[in-house]
Amino acid sequence: MMGRLVVLALLGYMTLPTVVVIVASFNPTAILSFPPDGLSLRWYENALTYPQFRRAAVNSLIVTAASAGLALPIGTAAALALVRYPVRLPGLWNTMLLSPLVIPGVAAGLGFLILAAALGLLANRIVLVAAHVVLVLPFVVRSVMVSVANLDPMLERAAASLGARPWRVFWRVTLPLLRPGLFAALLFAVIVSVNEFVVSLFVSTRVTEILPVAMFTYVVNYTDPTMAALSTLFIAATFVVVFLADRFLHLSRVFQIEERP
Amino acid sequence: MSGKAVVVLEAVTKAYGRTRALDGIDLAVYDGELLALLGPSGCGKTSTLNVVAGFVEPDAGRVRLDGQDVTRQPAWRRGLGVVFQSYALFPHMTVSDNVAFGLRERGATRDEIQARVVEALALVRLPAAGAMRPSQLSGGMQQRVALARALVIRPRVLLLDEPLAALDRKLREEMRAELREIQRAVGITTVFVTHDQHEALGLSDRVAVMNAGRIEHLGTPREVYERPATAFVADFMGASTVLDARAVDGSTVELVGGQRVEARLGRSLVPGATVRLLIRPERVELGEAGANVLPARVASAMFLGDHWEVRLELDGGVRLLATVRGSAALGAGDRVTVTLPPDAFLEVTR
Repeated sequence: MMGRLVVLALLGYMTLPTVVVIVASFNPTAILSFPPDGLSLRWYENALTYPQFRRAAVNSLIVTAASAGLALPIGTAAALALVRYPVRLPGLWNTMLLSPLVIPGVAAGLGFLILAAALGLLANRIVLVAAHVVLVLPFVVRSVMVSVANLDPMLERAAASLGARPWRVFWRVTLPLLRPGLFAALLFAVIVSVNEFVVSLFVSTRVTEILPVAMFTYVVNYTDPTMAALSTLFIAATFVVVFLADRFLHLSRVFQIEERP
Repeated sequence: MSGKAVVVLEAVTKAYGRTRALDGIDLAVYDGELLALLGPSGCGKTSTLNVVAGFVEPDAGRVRLDGQDVTRQPAWRRGLGVVFQSYALFPHMTVSDNVAFGLRERGATRDEIQARVVEALALVRLPAAGAMRPSQLSGGMQQRVALARALVIRPRVLLLDEPLAALDRKLREEMRAELREIQRAVGITTVFVTHDQHEALGLSDRVAVMNAGRIEHLGTPREVYERPATAFVADFMGASTVLDARAVDGSTVELVGGQRVEARLGRSLVPGATVRLLIRPERVELGEAGANVLPARVASAMFLGDHWEVRLELDGGVRLLATVRGSAALGAGDRVTVTLPPDAFLEVTR
């Protein structure tokens, strides 16, 4: 009984900020206040029609698609190498691949900013994509590594013995069997990239900025609930993606090491 | 052995770190024969198979297929059929697609694939399983699919890695007979890895007994069983007793306990030389039956259904294993007499 109460309290605490944002988004007055004075969808209209948000949404789409598209093959290759081949200093490689998780975003952002300035790419989305690839890679590598560890190498030997060249083995056996890990990796990549803020803030301009940065800029300048409305849409979209992924790709299964006979 | 050599290994070595998995393997497998690689785990039998298949490149030595040097040729170009211990069926494909895999890689036409898959599944008596997934099949059925998948490409040689080890005992015996039938029917040269001496003796034309990366004895099942080359082979083929002795004259030896026994070994012994003799448990007789009658004490007796397994101790502490048929009703501590027939002894080199 006591334990259940604690869990409920914890869940309430964890969801409270989300609830506040969602409730505030329907507030008809132009001040971000809680509790709201009534119900209105005007801020949703404002969020969806504000030009800078539209531009940022397109930027988000481009940057996320490009960074996920690059991180997936790179991360898959890294995962295969780390699990399959006796690389020298595997601990070092692992640490390096996971380092974006522990390096403060401010430090990474500053680094990318200095690099971008030196290369004259400050106003270019390429810098954003490059930064996102780095930030997304640890999630991709981890997810795919689990699938590689679950893949019986005898299956690839069997395919080779049946006459399949190495790339055919990869295409017909390795890749299809890594699919759950690849889907999980893609999902993580998209979520991390879409929500990335700190590093992106450093390397964005008004023209290239992605949605979280645009939202931050908006909040700095205006205090109306448009932000709350946009955040609610953001939360809903993420929730739907994760729900569908779990439903149809059995995401929860991806994180288990299977028993092999 | 008649016929020509299909697979030839010449002085093949392979080391993993400091372990010599293969320590100079010379082996010829002849056309149409079924050869078993037999030995305990870690003896190098699977490494030998992997070298033939092309999964593992040897450090030194050569691999020939039909006289052609394939040592550096990758597995996919060798055209051999392999059946794995875990079967290694592709879980994301149907049984038909599994069997068709090798044919598709060879660019066979749709009609030909269809016809040969049906034929292969019929051969392993699974004509209706084509649309099923491997996970829906029992272990025995998966084994048959793996065999069909390997045979459908009409491989030059069939390689089987512990094909029956994952099956339960009754199924294993059925599959053993069936495997032999299929192998005979197809007439395919086969190399077969096992740690089970009964499987090796019952299934193969010749047996290569391996130990520590070497072939200790290569011969027909009867040769290997009846005239093992080394004490290791004798012990592995069935728990035999090894007796260290010293020759007294051309056909008499003195055991460690001082007993003098006559041993007909097919050669005259040099007096004073040490010899290593071997006697199989089924050749040791309880009671007096001719020459070499010795007193003994029963150390332990185990009832095993159709026979008793009796551990005997001769005077002087020499231990002897005997199998006794029928109702012996023996107990530990009983005094008995045993007969060691002079022609029951084998001499081993090591």
